[in-house]
Amino acid sequence: MVAPETPPAKLETRELHVYYGDKHVIKNVSLTIPDRQVTAFIGPSGCGKSTILRMFNRMNDYIDGFRHLGAVCLNGEEIYRRSVQVEMLRRKVGMVFQKPNPFPKSIFDNVAFGLRIQGVNDRKVLQASVEQALHQAALWEEVKDDLDKNALALSGGQQQRLCIARALAVRPEVILMDEPASALDPISTSKIEKLILALKKDLTVVIVTHNMQQAARISDRTAFFFLGELIEYGPTADIFTHPREKLTEDYISGRFG
Amino acid sequence: MSARTQRLLEGLFRLYGMVTTWLGIVVLGVFLVDIFLKGVQRLSLDFLSGFPSRFPEKAGILPAEVGTLWIFLLTALFVIPLGIAAAVFLEEFMKKGRLASIIEVNIASLAGVPSVIYGILGLEVFSRWFGWGNTLMAGAATLALLIFPVVVLAAREALRAVPRSVREGAYALGATRWQAVWHQVLPASFGGILTGIILALSRAIGETAPLIIIGALTYISFVPDSPWSKFTVLPIQIFNWTSRPQPEFWITAAAAIIVLLGMTLLLNGAAVMLRYRWKKKLKW
Ligand SMILES: Nc1ncnc2c1ncn2[C@@H]1O[C@H](COP(=O)(O)OP(=O)(O)O)[C@@H](O)[C@H]1O
Ligand SMILES: [Mg+2]
Repeated sequence: MVAPETPPAKLETRELHVYYGDKHVIKNVSLTIPDRQVTAFIGPSGCGKSTILRMFNRMNDYIDGFRHLGAVCLNGEEIYRRSVQVEMLRRKVGMVFQKPNPFPKSIFDNVAFGLRIQGVNDRKVLQASVEQALHQAALWEEVKDDLDKNALALSGGQQQRLCIARALAVRPEVILMDEPASALDPISTSKIEKLILALKKDLTVVIVTHNMQQAARISDRTAFFFLGELIEYGPTADIFTHPREKLTEDYISGRFG
Repeated sequence: MSARTQRLLEGLFRLYGMVTTWLGIVVLGVFLVDIFLKGVQRLSLDFLSGFPSRFPEKAGILPAEVGTLWIFLLTALFVIPLGIAAAVFLEEFMKKGRLASIIEVNIASLAGVPSVIYGILGLEVFSRWFGWGNTLMAGAATLALLIFPVVVLAAREALRAVPRSVREGAYALGATRWQAVWHQVLPASFGGILTGIILALSRAIGETAPLIIIGALTYISFVPDSPWSKFTVLPIQIFNWTSRPQPEFWITAAAAIIVLLGMTLLLNGAAVMLRYRWKKKLKW
């Protein structure tokens, strides 16, 4: 039975196993991620958070020795089917990385890139999309006069918001964030957190974080992973106030990790 | 070993290093100064814009200069697209594995093959088989072959210097492998690739042996005016003059060496500047 307050599933894994060569990295993980909510993945480093996040936009395809078993679905459709075009999938499922990785080009070119490779060349259309994406990423006011400046000249926090804008410009349905604020100062971090909360009106956010307070502040649901297994998954409030598993409790109370 | 002998050895090694370094610099310096002092008296506009002559004081290097310029441009035209394409293919598209490493080792060893061998290859393939004879085209194609491995190695190194995160950033936005390479990786590595190409080309314009093998002329009285023209280049002209019995011609040769060195230095300087500006612009 689907409870009435549970929104429809956006992303889903069923009995997912991931291997890098002989290494069994994700072990039998089944979870559903609801639409237009923020879902946080937490757990000690090396437990497979990034790996499972990168399953949703097939970013692991490039890793030597990568194999998987089980299903991964977007909107109920298996995304590892042969007929799925990876490029199309990634237009719907955007990603922001741990370390800001702007292209060594102008701010404008960074944000316009995703549209340009889709064949959008109309200057007016690009201009409008770039401006909107920068607004959405709360960066517009800071860069509106410097759109031609090289993106590498921005501060770390600005670079990360630029990367968010770049991902938003192609109008994805989902945005995956792998510790997006871990390399940033507290002020930049809080800007990004605010931004994430604003984003969930329009899209689904999945965020990996090793910062428990951050997970508690911004996420609706939290999944706790340990050594490749999904230990506990539920509403963030439940996970943080009365975890069902001893392991979860130990982790969120800082006893290890 | 006691601390004292250790220190002594260290001191000796430092001395050895210093002597060898300075030896290199001094030998080069003496050579350059000698050439310069001998040749500078012959440098003049007439020398730069004149034709070779039986009389050393009247001899000029215009045909050889223009030949070298042609060779430079044509070789660049051949080697740039081929070298970049090969590097991109090997670095970005080929599966890393046994075949890739075999090719890698082969290219690295190709860079060590003596240039005469390339001359013979060029003679057989371009001069005879293609029927290009001893024209600029045959010479440039041969030299392009000669520097091709160097260009590929340099370009691959530049491509490899582009961090993985740039590629991932492009893929994550829905770029195909080709789009990521074309729009992000190549522009980001362009400075490095260009530097490698210029250095390789500056080696090409100093080559003599392969061009002599394909039958480049040693004496010409015309300026090559098309890629199908017969030609000579500065190093051959220099070689020709130094092998004359009259010491007067050696002075002419020295002047030509100054010109050739000047060209090479200019190219190397451009390469260093490019590399510097590229490094400064890109900080990941
Ligand atoms: N490219 C890779 N090749 C092989 N093993 C990897 C690779 N990336 C990650 N791993 C391994 O997979 C496990 C999970 O890594 P990861 O998903 O990055 O964890 P997390 O993001 O939770 O720190 C770790 O044991 C890590 O060493
Ligand atoms: Mg990680």
